[in-house]
Amino acid sequence: MKVVIIGNGIAGITTAIELRKRTDCEIVVVSEETEYFFSRTALMYVFMGQMKFEHTQPYENSYWKKHNIILKKAKVISIKSGQNTLNLENSEKLDYDFLVIASGSKPNKFNWPGQFLNGVSGFYHKSDLKYLESYTSKIKHAVVVGGGLIGVELVEMLKSRGKEVTFLIRENSFWNLIMSEKEGRMLEKHIRSHGINLKLNTELKEIKGSIEVEGLVTQNEEVIDCQYVGLTVGVSPNIDFLKESGISTKLGILVDEYLQTNIENIFAIGDCAEIQHPQIGRRPIEAVWYTGKMMGEALAKSLSGVKTRYTPGFWFNSAKFFDIEFQTYGNVPAKINESQTECYWEKETKAVRIVFEKASRQFLGINTFGIRMRHQFFEKVLSQNQSVDFVLKNLEKANFDPEFYKKYEKEIRNEFLKSI
Amino acid sequence: MNKKIGLSLGLGGLGVLVLSLFSLFEGAVLLYISLAMILAGIVVYAFGTYKDEIPGIKNNEVWFKSVSSKGTAAWILGFVLTVFYVVIYWFPQYLGLHKEGNTGIIAFFDPLSYVLNGHAASQWFVYGTLYTISILGFGVKFILKYRHNNYQIIRTLSVMFFQLGFAFLLPEFLAKLHPDLDYFAKDLKNMWPLNYYFFEDWHLKALMGGGNLGMFMLFFGIGMIFLISPVLTYFFGKRWYCSWVCGCGGLAETAGDSFRQLSDKSDKAWKIERWLVHSVLLFVFITTVAVIYSFLVNENAALPPNVFLYGVIGFLALFSLYINKIGYKKLALDTRKGIYWASGIISMFLVINMAIGNSNVFFIDSYSLRSWYGFFIGAAFSGVVGVGFYPIMGSRVWCRFGCPMAAILGFQQKLLSRFRITTNGSQCISCGNCSTYCEMGIDVRSYAMKGEDIVRSSCVGCGVCSAVCPRGVLKLENGRVEI
Repeated sequence: MKVVIIGNGIAGITTAIELRKRTDCEIVVVSEETEYFFSRTALMYVFMGQMKFEHTQPYENSYWKKHNIILKKAKVISIKSGQNTLNLENSEKLDYDFLVIASGSKPNKFNWPGQFLNGVSGFYHKSDLKYLESYTSKIKHAVVVGGGLIGVELVEMLKSRGKEVTFLIRENSFWNLIMSEKEGRMLEKHIRSHGINLKLNTELKEIKGSIEVEGLVTQNEEVIDCQYVGLTVGVSPNIDFLKESGISTKLGILVDEYLQTNIENIFAIGDCAEIQHPQIGRRPIEAVWYTGKMMGEALAKSLSGVKTRYTPGFWFNSAKFFDIEFQTYGNVPAKINESQTECYWEKETKAVRIVFEKASRQFLGINTFGIRMRHQFFEKVLSQNQSVDFVLKNLEKANFDPEFYKKYEKEIRNEFLKSI
Repeated sequence: MNKKIGLSLGLGGLGVLVLSLFSLFEGAVLLYISLAMILAGIVVYAFGTYKDEIPGIKNNEVWFKSVSSKGTAAWILGFVLTVFYVVIYWFPQYLGLHKEGNTGIIAFFDPLSYVLNGHAASQWFVYGTLYTISILGFGVKFILKYRHNNYQIIRTLSVMFFQLGFAFLLPEFLAKLHPDLDYFAKDLKNMWPLNYYFFEDWHLKALMGGGNLGMFMLFFGIGMIFLISPVLTYFFGKRWYCSWVCGCGGLAETAGDSFRQLSDKSDKAWKIERWLVHSVLLFVFITTVAVIYSFLVNENAALPPNVFLYGVIGFLALFSLYINKIGYKKLALDTRKGIYWASGIISMFLVINMAIGNSNVFFIDSYSLRSWYGFFIGAAFSGVVGVGFYPIMGSRVWCRFGCPMAAILGFQQKLLSRFRITTNGSQCISCGNCSTYCEMGIDVRSYAMKGEDIVRSSCVGCGVCSAVCPRGVLKLENGRVEI
């Protein structure tokens, strides 16, 4: 049996490693980006000088040979699903018995005038890091467009290298898809305290320049002089190479609960997969590290003969906004609906928001900023459908901050009692 | 601005010390001023670096700076430190150490030495003073850098306190109060085998002839080894010593902080580490057994020498049995084999020795053994390599590859302790900050991404992996928390 995996990100590599633990089939991982697996989430730290690129590689280079996982650095041009063959660049071909597509995302671009000028880039691939590094000496003032996670990371990166940074956010508050307005305000304040010129309700209209970026115009006709524009307005599945393959796609590659596409021996996982019938409370495409990893684990089981559903369980995620760590467990909508109630506590750069069902008082989820909380605790709470009262009573057990940190559980409880 | 003032102050103070090498100065006032300038220089520089920064992780540009990324500045600094250690250990006469009256920098330190201990200075007094100033100054820097993290603040205050009080001032005061006693170690926290001469005959004699103080030090020293240290390690892990109390650890955590990321994380380095650090432990164990045996033979002590040897064999047998029956799950096969072989061979030597009545238990004169240990391990490894190579191999080279104390505490930590670093479910994003900034070269990420607890004998519990984790995944814990 020969399994070919397109993509050596967390989803593809997890599949390869877990599959190797279970079988001795032939495993080939094809990647256009790099020869070895690296942690995409750590690219920012390389630019900031906190790490070297080699530190982003969780496995030593000898690991792959030792575990007989074949790595192939090549671009996949197309898939001939009828013949079980991949066409690679240089008219090379690669056969497979099972194909796993884990081709990840690509940064969005919305046909803005000037988006192909020198000095415009996203921040996603290793090549983006290289580009930014080579261009950085030309930058005095940078503008980053798009207030999501990659956006704020790119802002932090540029700031760390002494650039003046303007941060354009289309919405009325920071990351309002995920954050409540109050949470957004706290984060905006923190981002601004780092000397970032953060502009809300501001959209990009066009990028000015002849060869290189010289400036930018917003929808409000404001002109900003800058030498670099970072476009971080979301990502979408990287599936252009599948056009003639016969694999059904919508936004992403359509897969069932076993991560199988419409073609029996082809599977899709990670950012590029679109789950047709996701679990309640989960979205069809979830382009985050953790889901890629879980999909890879589930698929490796299936491929080794133990047919396994992808059941990601409750939602969790984490992020860091400059110095503020963020974790979320369960379902915490930016705006709650009528049957839900929330409680919000905030102090300086710390905040906690708990959402629960009004009538049954069932705990639904928590956002926590600047206070680390225990994943296992909320796993237990959510799987047992515990009440919000249980969570508040046991909040100390949820704390995962380092020793000797100031504790806020009492304050949070008091705030909660006051608000209802 | 502050950084420049700090740099000028510090370099000015250092400059005076360098010039004092040539006996250009003398006088207590100038000495105090130059030491104060060095300390103030470090502190002012640290304030200049961190005061206006928002609290948080401050590792930007670490790999861009020459001094912290093995660049030219690092090699120059490494060379200077290495030369300094070589001179201190083997050529103190160039610093001005003379029996008939000190000259140079050692004479320059005489006034402070007279105030503290009533004697003229030695090269060790000069060294101890500078060492303490480094820990205090760079301790302040570390606290400012991690001022959002109470664990780091308290831990650093602790190493500063133990260095200033226990390692530096208290022993000097005690020496002053008892001017007629022969020298013995008065640093309560510097226990065997880090203090490898504790059981040497001259030291035991000095302790026994040292009145109440000497006897206290003798019993406290033995109590530390067999009671205090295992109990504390059981509850808190070896961190109570290695990153809260120990002077070597103290210097690594403060002055060495800029170099923590240089530790080698490869599998190969780990293999070398396991063999090397346990070989040193074996070496000090053998040396100590030989030294105590000759002491018992030569002094006609109350404890018959053979009873001591039976005791050693009994201890090794019990330890091996424990590993075989209880601790085996926690140790790798080669570790277990190493323990059995080492215990077996040592016991065999001791049995043969008893049979033929040889006074050199390992067929080597105990004096040679201990002078080899003193030269290779005590001086060359812990001093020259241990600190001199900070800018090239990271700040914990000695603690990781050489310290026999760390090896013993490591066994206790691995086999018995409640201490572990727990990982927060599945929140790890494999970024690698934890591994990069682990001064002991532990690949923390490899555990974190699997969601496994980290129970490694080498972990000194500095807590920096937990601090630098951008996703709140790692936590130092004393035992499991029930949720």
